[in-house]
Amino acid sequence: MDILILLIPLSLVIVGVIAWIMLWAAKNGQFDDLEGPAHSVIMDDDSPPKPNGPAKP
Amino acid sequence: MSHSPRLTDAPFFSGCFHCGLPLPDGAAYPVQFEGATRRACCRGCQAVAQTIVDSGQGAYYTHRTALPATPQQAEAELVQLGLYDLPEIQESFVRTEAENIREAALILENIVCAACIWLNERHIAALPGVLSVEINYATRRARVRWDNSRIRLSAILKAVSDIGYIAHPFDPGRSDDIHKRERNTAIKRLAIAGLGMMQVMMYALPTYIATDMTTDIRLLMRWASLILTIPVVAYSAWPFFIGAWRDVKRRTPGMDVPVALGIGTAFAASVYGTFSGHGEVYYDSVTMFVFLLLTGRFLEMNARRRAGAAIEELVKLIPAATTRLPNWPARDEEQVPVVRLAVGDHVLVRPGETLPADGAVVEGDSAVSEAMLTGESLPVSKTVHSRVVGGSLNQASPLVVRVDKLGADTRLASIVRLLDRAQSEKPRIGQLADRAAAWFVGLLLLITVAVGLVWYAIDPSKVLWIVVSILVVTCPCALGLATPAALTTATGRLTRLGLLTTRGHALETLARATDLVFDKTGTLTHGRLSVRRVVALGGRSENEVGAIAAALEAGSEHPIARALRQDRPEGERLAAYPSRVLREAASPAVIASGIRNTPGRGVEGTVAGRSYRLGSPRFAAAGATPPTPGGGERPENGHQHAEGHESWVALADESGPIAWFALADVPRADAAAALAALRQQGLRLHLVSGDAAGAVRATARQLGIEEWHAGALPEDKLAYVNALQQQGRIVAMVGDGINDAPVLAGAQVSIAMGEGADVAQAAADMVMLGSRLATLSEGVALARKTQHIIRQNLGWALGYNLIAIPAAALGYVTPWIAGIGMSASSLLVVLNALRLSNFRQPADGSSLEAQDSRLEAQEASPRAWTS
Repeated sequence: MDILILLIPLSLVIVGVIAWIMLWAAKNGQFDDLEGPAHSVIMDDDSPPKPNGPAKP
Repeated sequence: MSHSPRLTDAPFFSGCFHCGLPLPDGAAYPVQFEGATRRACCRGCQAVAQTIVDSGQGAYYTHRTALPATPQQAEAELVQLGLYDLPEIQESFVRTEAENIREAALILENIVCAACIWLNERHIAALPGVLSVEINYATRRARVRWDNSRIRLSAILKAVSDIGYIAHPFDPGRSDDIHKRERNTAIKRLAIAGLGMMQVMMYALPTYIATDMTTDIRLLMRWASLILTIPVVAYSAWPFFIGAWRDVKRRTPGMDVPVALGIGTAFAASVYGTFSGHGEVYYDSVTMFVFLLLTGRFLEMNARRRAGAAIEELVKLIPAATTRLPNWPARDEEQVPVVRLAVGDHVLVRPGETLPADGAVVEGDSAVSEAMLTGESLPVSKTVHSRVVGGSLNQASPLVVRVDKLGADTRLASIVRLLDRAQSEKPRIGQLADRAAAWFVGLLLLITVAVGLVWYAIDPSKVLWIVVSILVVTCPCALGLATPAALTTATGRLTRLGLLTTRGHALETLARATDLVFDKTGTLTHGRLSVRRVVALGGRSENEVGAIAAALEAGSEHPIARALRQDRPEGERLAAYPSRVLREAASPAVIASGIRNTPGRGVEGTVAGRSYRLGSPRFAAAGATPPTPGGGERPENGHQHAEGHESWVALADESGPIAWFALADVPRADAAAALAALRQQGLRLHLVSGDAAGAVRATARQLGIEEWHAGALPEDKLAYVNALQQQGRIVAMVGDGINDAPVLAGAQVSIAMGEGADVAQAAADMVMLGSRLATLSEGVALARKTQHIIRQNLGWALGYNLIAIPAAALGYVTPWIAGIGMSASSLLVVLNALRLSNFRQPADGSSLEAQDSRLEAQEASPRAWTS
């Protein structure tokens, strides 16, 4: 049981770190758009622009 | 989304490669894509598709899940884009970061699916000089940062219009920033409360179940819990304390008072327990309670925000810049931002431009469309001394307007205020719950004091714990959450079904509705009339009378007007110029003036010096009867439909009728099934239409509606609805809103078709977003289910409290049971409400995928001038 004396303060520190990450994420706009990224991730296949003439992938 | 068929391959894709509409005969607008030649329907689509493919973003066509609109950027608007580069105009919506770094907020139009967002993001980001671009999928807003020394804002806007979208800069300062900050704060509070709750629960659970825990460990866990609970109470629960303080100052006890008292007392007691080392702690109850309440509020806030988006669209009607004539009547012009205008200024409004403010015409003679503000679809003719309102669209010729009212004083601003108020109103059942909660709170506080006094007499050492137990166990969150949780979930589900709720009471009233009154045109039918027959009298050619009719109806968006205009061959010639302004400028050689409109009857005007009337036989032809159907004068168009479907429009000059037009409209494909479902739900159906008896009878018979009423003017419709209401019926009115605004407002609950005029949407309690009529019966079923669930929730909350309060007062409830009971009660209420989010109407064989109906709607949407 003595290990709890170490683990409980440790859990407090971890919660603190997670809370800091959450606040940073909120401040950084990670929660601004919860729908768009889910769609855009499947579409990011690059076909380079060709200024002259139609693109042929 | 990923299950959707690739729209380029789908079998129905015989239409335009870009917009999917049918290809007109002889259209030759090829687009090269993936090595094959695709065909576009017009030059606009071709240019857009070519731009997209050439810039390497052809993946858009393989990933999109909905079809875009046909590009219709007005040339005049493109010219105006240059104005957005002027520093004084940028002032209102552009933020300058460094010397050349600028940032602007844009509203994007024509966004229909996620691929559009992707396309726009990539396209804008690829422009040299653009530093960053972010588009929010939910709000369709974009934020663009660019280097002003390398690219101009107008070039960015132009790039967006090149790929078929329209970007308007707007001033985000008004509500966007506020909302973004609010939402961010709410998320932060929620995150802190959630983390605190989870971790405190980890410490609490062992103390509940462990039997061999040493006092040291127990104390350590208490201290850890205290440390974690401090930010939850001080930061996350802060709004409750503020709200409670406000309630106390106003002496109207709301939900926040017991919430704050419960949190405060339980926390204070726990802190006392922790420091003194005896008694119970309630940190787990406190954190869980805060988290659950914050979750409920967050969901509610999001739902309300979505409903408010429509208002902001109205605000952007006012243009950013205008042409001022500082020395009127001299002709020198200057471009100024609208915010710099002053009362008494003279502004020049060219055709195709939007009026910047309310005022009076001092020079010029024109037709102005006020459709966005009044729903009146016909342009109103304006001459010197006429009053004009900001936000309306000048259509015919230049006007010089003296500005009388600006900004917050304008009609538009007051409409927006009205809408705002409508959005913020609470449904009756919500008010009821609030009032009940206020009483409940007062009663609860009295009981708590009384119980505290009694226990003080019996056993002073138990007083604090029992008082806290009562406050915690009875926290009226179940009562407070019951209604909003159900309403929010139902509103969200309805929106996904394609029925947008714009007024608070709509759901409740819809659930109680007994009668459903339909308008015909555009509601049960496609609203896309076409001219089936032309009967010209007195030796005139069909072409001649057709031209006159088209001229009289120029600029009107009424279905009849569209049909008459569509009949003109000029429409095809102009197909390559997808600009309303150009179309009107170059339109038929025949031009009507002095157009006056009588809603529900017809229009009159002067063409080439002769005055004409066009409209219902009663209005235009003094009640003369149309030619007998199938009679001698059959035009080459022939007619394929039973004559009952046709309604007649008469064109008359001073001497009498000179021509008859037979117009026909067909019911929507799913109308019969949808109405059958509604009838099964026990609703009485009525059909009230302004059309002639024959057409209405035919539709009613076809759809099995027994009670129908033809030839109804707007006031007749209203009278019909009022008569039903006097019989004690609860009437829901479904209309497309062109002539229906008064009757929509008169019915207890009104539903407008999303394709209809915008003011109807403002006046309507609900708006149908798609054209799928089955949504209606789903909506009614969902509304009833919601009502049911609200009653269940309230019943549960009441029953729970009736048992819990006496038990706590008698000392039978240990604090941790109180905490669990409270949380479980709230959870049960929320989960019960969440059942609505997966609501499906039982036995819904008729339910199509929303996607299909959307595409179908787009296919069916009228193409006034390219087909």
